[in-house]
Amino acid sequence: MESLLAILGGTMFAGGIYMLLRRNLIKSIIGIILISNAVNLLLFTLGRTTKDNPPLIMLGETIPAEPFANPLPQALVLTAIVIGFGLLSFALVLAYRSYKELGTVNLDEMRHDPAPLKEEDK
Amino acid sequence: MLIAVAAIFIAGLLAPYLHMALKKNTVYLLALVPLSVFIYFSTFIPEIAAGETVRQSTPWVSLFDVNLSFYLDGLSLLFGLIVTGIGTFIILYGGGYLEKDRQLPRFYSAILIFMGSMVGLVIADNLLSLFVFWELTSFSSYILIGYYHEKEESRKSALQALLVTGLGGLAMLAGLILMGFVSGTFEISEMLSMGDIFRESPMYTAILILVLAGAFTKSAQFPFHFWLPGAMAAPTPVSAYLHSATMVKAGVFLLMRLNPALGSTDLWFGLLTGFGAFTLIMSAWLALRFTDLKQILAYTTVMALSTLTMLIGIGTEYAMKAAAVFVLGHSLYKGALFMVAGAVDHEAGTRDVRKLGGLRKLMPITAGAAVIAALSMAGIPPLFGFIGKELVYEAALSIPDVAVILIIIAVLANVAVVAASCIVVLRPFFGKEVETPKHAHEAPWLMWIGPVSLAGLSLIFGLLPFLIDSAIIKHTASAIAGYEIDFYLALWHGINLPLILSVVTVLLGVGVYFIWDKFQDSKGMQGYGTLFAIFPKKTYEALVDGLLKLAAWQTGILQNGYLRYYLLTITLVMLVAVGGTFFLKADMNWFPDFSGILFYEYAIVGVMFVALLFAVSIRSRLTIVISLGILGFSLALIYILHGAADLAMTQILVETLTVILVALVLIHLPNLSKEVEVSNAGKIRDAIIAVSAGALVTMLVLATLHLPFDDFISRYYASVSYTEAYGRNIVNVILVDFRALDTMGEVVVVAVAGMAVYALIKMKGIFNTKEEGSR
Repeated sequence: MESLLAILGGTMFAGGIYMLLRRNLIKSIIGIILISNAVNLLLFTLGRTTKDNPPLIMLGETIPAEPFANPLPQALVLTAIVIGFGLLSFALVLAYRSYKELGTVNLDEMRHDPAPLKEEDK
Repeated sequence: MLIAVAAIFIAGLLAPYLHMALKKNTVYLLALVPLSVFIYFSTFIPEIAAGETVRQSTPWVSLFDVNLSFYLDGLSLLFGLIVTGIGTFIILYGGGYLEKDRQLPRFYSAILIFMGSMVGLVIADNLLSLFVFWELTSFSSYILIGYYHEKEESRKSALQALLVTGLGGLAMLAGLILMGFVSGTFEISEMLSMGDIFRESPMYTAILILVLAGAFTKSAQFPFHFWLPGAMAAPTPVSAYLHSATMVKAGVFLLMRLNPALGSTDLWFGLLTGFGAFTLIMSAWLALRFTDLKQILAYTTVMALSTLTMLIGIGTEYAMKAAAVFVLGHSLYKGALFMVAGAVDHEAGTRDVRKLGGLRKLMPITAGAAVIAALSMAGIPPLFGFIGKELVYEAALSIPDVAVILIIIAVLANVAVVAASCIVVLRPFFGKEVETPKHAHEAPWLMWIGPVSLAGLSLIFGLLPFLIDSAIIKHTASAIAGYEIDFYLALWHGINLPLILSVVTVLLGVGVYFIWDKFQDSKGMQGYGTLFAIFPKKTYEALVDGLLKLAAWQTGILQNGYLRYYLLTITLVMLVAVGGTFFLKADMNWFPDFSGILFYEYAIVGVMFVALLFAVSIRSRLTIVISLGILGFSLALIYILHGAADLAMTQILVETLTVILVALVLIHLPNLSKEVEVSNAGKIRDAIIAVSAGALVTMLVLATLHLPFDDFISRYYASVSYTEAYGRNIVNVILVDFRALDTMGEVVVVAVAGMAVYALIKMKGIFNTKEEGSR
């Protein structure tokens, strides 16, 4: 299952990179969503997965029942999900605001100065 | 000694305020500072004369073995006396020379800071603190050379001097650190007895070349000689100090200082003697190409520095003696001559010898000092310069294998120096009076006291060399050699080969002087000047220009203002660097393992692939929101299947919020189909890069999964979660207890993001550019 998750994560990563390379701001944000989900999944996978017990300690016990899922990547990913949401909400509102101000979501049209490179690039 | 160095620095910092209070009298008070340090150093003469050394140490950055430790032996004492002694006269001279200049306080400040650095440099015992002082001299000389900062030439010359010596200094730092590694200490006094350790070290060649890079750039050896004549853009008091007696000697000083540790090898001999001898002959004759007094003196200074470099390379007892005597002799006469040149410029309004003449009647005192100093430079008895030159000849003859070549070079170079001596004194002061831009009269006493005293010392030490030979010079030579050398100096050695050569030198030199008018501007000399004076400078300028162009070019490429190209660059670098390493490590195992996967797991992953495909390819905003939602919730399902209940809960909550937020925002944004998209070629290129990046990430994760896993930390948390933190949910305990500070940071981040979101929504439009299209 870990191999499958790795391939899934990698594919989401590829999709994220592709979307980030677009010149539409909305697509860039979708790219951010994809990449942050991909990274969370990969981080979780790297901590090794198990379908057995969650990392909980039953009443009357002092240690979890073996074998249990690795709690550390879960804690890390949990933090990452929340932080990722913070970033995403800010990015979304920023996109909204810049569209309201500038009237475009095309990253190339947002610049104030004339483009330093010629427009013919691809 | 720390106090002595600090006192000069403090005086430098206070100088502008003193000038405000004392006006013209500042100069006397400030001159007292180097004078008192000079007297302080003099009190060590008896101890040094008795063959002892003095060492004082104050810890500075003890973690890196950087100590403010100072070491006085014959070498550092001689340099300390030269620096503070001439420094005293320079302050007086500068006070006179720049009297009407409103930037005079800045001159005082910079020159005193320079002086403090120079004193620190010559008496430093710690290589790293020596380097700090070394860089301080480069820095303060940058300010001093660029003193006339409104002139472009000054700024250029200052930058040139800083870049050349600064780059050399950087190389030297690497060399010094290597020396520290090899010997296990940074104290020079300890290194001096470790010569064999250095010479046998495999690092020796690297150390030598790096240290020489510093010394050669500082002391203007070929091919770095061009910066010194360029630095003549500085006011003359600066040139007289930095570019004759002090800063440019720092490189030579370092070679002398490290001679016992690094010297006596074939490489040392070859590099120092080779570069020294070549620069010697090259620069001496180059001096005759110029008619500006300061340029002539600058090239003879390069000549003197290369003489010293060559002597240190030769390394015989004669050479050590010669080096010790020549350092002092040169400082005395060259300091005096520079000050004379400045006085002439100051009083007559030009430094071009073709426009000067007959000043001896108008400036008799300056003329007298000039004559004596020039005689010393030409090496005429009974002046101290004569003793120095005789010893140089003896040293050149002291290595039988190359004696013939060295002596020919030395004699030919000195012929040019004799001619140059004639030029700098006969042209301005003798002959018939000519009309000068300013009507000349004697310089104020502040400006002649220096040259007169220094020239007087040249005469006194020449006539009475026993005054200094066993007291200092002997110990200087011994310190350079690293072993005891016993000798005394005398004016008269009987009729021997050096004396005969001296006579020949003087005769030829005077001969050259008489044909100089034609010779100076002849075709041959023009070509010679272009080759050695202009070409190196042009090369330097081309290099600097090229560097700037390269910087502009690569900035244009990398910082082009397009977000996607930045990301493209980052991704490509990751692909090349990480991917390259990955494939070079051929033993990486990244084969996937699909055993034991259940049907519904395939189903979930399959759904996610489809959702992903929709998310990246569909233009309908609603479809995208739905696809993202499916992806996020499926991810939560994967988490929960793998025993990560908290994760799944968080993912569901956050995903719900995300979907709502994305939907809310997308309603206000234009439909994706409205956007003009890039060409298919661009899409394919991006797709290839994105897929490669994804594949690389996948393979990295697969390879990592094949490696053994160490869950020590996880097990530790699991075992103490209940016993120490009294929590049954280990993930929660980690978050709020073991790693509570991280979580605290996370809360702060989310709070800041929330405030920013609120501000962005509520903020009134600062600029509404929809119509105007400008800020």
